[in-house]
Amino acid sequence: MLSLNNVEVIYNKVILVLKGMSLQVPQGQIVGLLGANGAGKTTTLKAISGLLKPEDGEVTDGSIEFLGQPIHNHDPEDIVRMGIFQVMEGRRVFEHLTVEENLIAGAYTHASSSLHDDLEMVYTYFPRLKERRKQTAGYLSGGEQQMLAIGRALMAHPKLMLLDEPSLGLAPLLVREIFDIVQRINQEHGTTILLVEQNANLTLQVADYAYIMENGRIVLEGTPAELKENADVREFYLGLTEVGKRKSYRDVKHYKRRKRWLS
Amino acid sequence: MDLFIQLTLTGLTNGAILALAALGFVLIYKSSDVINFAQGEFLLIGAYVMFSMLVQFSLPWTIGLVLTLLVAVGIGVAVERLVLRPLIGEPIISVIMATIGLSSLLRAIVSTIWGNQPRAFPAFIPSKPVHVLGATVGADRLWAIAIAGGMLFLFNLFFTRSKEGIAMRAVADDQQAAMSMGISVKRIFAWAWSIAAMTAAIGGALVANIVGVGPELAGFGLRVFPVVILGGLDSIPGAIVGGVIIGLLEAYVGGYIGMGLNQVISFIVLILILMVRPYGLFGQEIIERV
Repeated sequence: MLSLNNVEVIYNKVILVLKGMSLQVPQGQIVGLLGANGAGKTTTLKAISGLLKPEDGEVTDGSIEFLGQPIHNHDPEDIVRMGIFQVMEGRRVFEHLTVEENLIAGAYTHASSSLHDDLEMVYTYFPRLKERRKQTAGYLSGGEQQMLAIGRALMAHPKLMLLDEPSLGLAPLLVREIFDIVQRINQEHGTTILLVEQNANLTLQVADYAYIMENGRIVLEGTPAELKENADVREFYLGLTEVGKRKSYRDVKHYKRRKRWLS
Repeated sequence: MDLFIQLTLTGLTNGAILALAALGFVLIYKSSDVINFAQGEFLLIGAYVMFSMLVQFSLPWTIGLVLTLLVAVGIGVAVERLVLRPLIGEPIISVIMATIGLSSLLRAIVSTIWGNQPRAFPAFIPSKPVHVLGATVGADRLWAIAIAGGMLFLFNLFFTRSKEGIAMRAVADDQQAAMSMGISVKRIFAWAWSIAAMTAAIGGALVANIVGVGPELAGFGLRVFPVVILGGLDSIPGAIVGGVIIGLLEAYVGGYIGMGLNQVISFIVLILILMVRPYGLFGQEIIERV
């Protein structure tokens, strides 16, 4: 459905952030994209959704194709109309608008005839938003704001939803709840989801396929089952050591595992 | 008592017109953080275009008003294309400077086309005196209140009910997030400037109807500042309430204390407000979640 081929992104015409990034998102799946801070995950999403432009970023090489059409360096409004919707990092709700107005803003590109039904649909996923529909969004709790951000995306009926760190700054229980709903949206609406996360554990639970990103390129990919078996992933992303072996304190002192994919 | 009612009605008229002019100003500030120093010139152009519609083309005032509004939309779109778009990504202060340039340019255009002589405005609204609660007041003033009030009401509906209006407020809140949901910021800016030009044009036509048309109408633009500072630069209800308060205040001070003082009283209020409540009565404080 979506494919990135050797994408290179440069900010301010100088800073090379994505260095040949390739990734496939098949229709109907949840694909996870993991990586540490500064790996280029958000840049990847922005390259897809067209939000690089206002930040002086540009796709200088490679191609991004959505449903067979090249979309790199298009305007964000065209890309949203094609069916890609990015839920930005840090929730970014319109603080001075009410919950309902936020949702209506999300439906900007969608026909207004179904507005009422769409609102009800979002409220069935997030009953808490219905209770607070007339409230100013800025005063919602962090979890509610994240729900609002996802609800806003649902209003646009996207074919592909890009989720940028939905777990950021939320309590573990809430994160669970949000991930469950993401999974439900994927199953009930058939919405394809590209999920960018730092929470490797949860991502590997919900994703059908995952990529691991470092320094602007993909270093490892596979199904969650494969990745969970990978010793590097276990050590660096899941915080586990090799199960079954006793861990010696001597090992901790003298041997720090080196990532095998670097070389 | 008669004097009081008289002054109240005068104040409300001025206040309603000020509120209209302020609404456009607030809208531009809200959506793009730009302080539009050309707002008074928008008013001026609106008044002159309306004047031409009525005098040179002798159209009925309803058609004249609609055409004037269309011209205003055209001006708004042109300003977005020619002035704002090339300045995207530049510091806000450059854009504000550009609006100062724009104000001189518009003023020059007006004096080239229509000259500098003040002219009598054909009263398109009947001005025969009406008795209200014992006071006598021109019917044109009552009409001005009604028209301005009606416009403000319509704009309020637009901002809270229509998709486009909500999108405008969304852009004001968080531009990038608005872009991420497919809202075209350029289009919203064009809307904001068009609406600003439209409200100013109506305000201009209403003022001209009462006092005649001349280049000094642009001075009305300056009186917008106390209004928006009082109401809060980024608050639409603030523009309306601020306009009414300033209008009434000027009328009462002029009537009870003396002419002359009413010209400065609003600026005295402006300074007081800046000292006590710099974000205005209804201005948005930054929402901070703890």
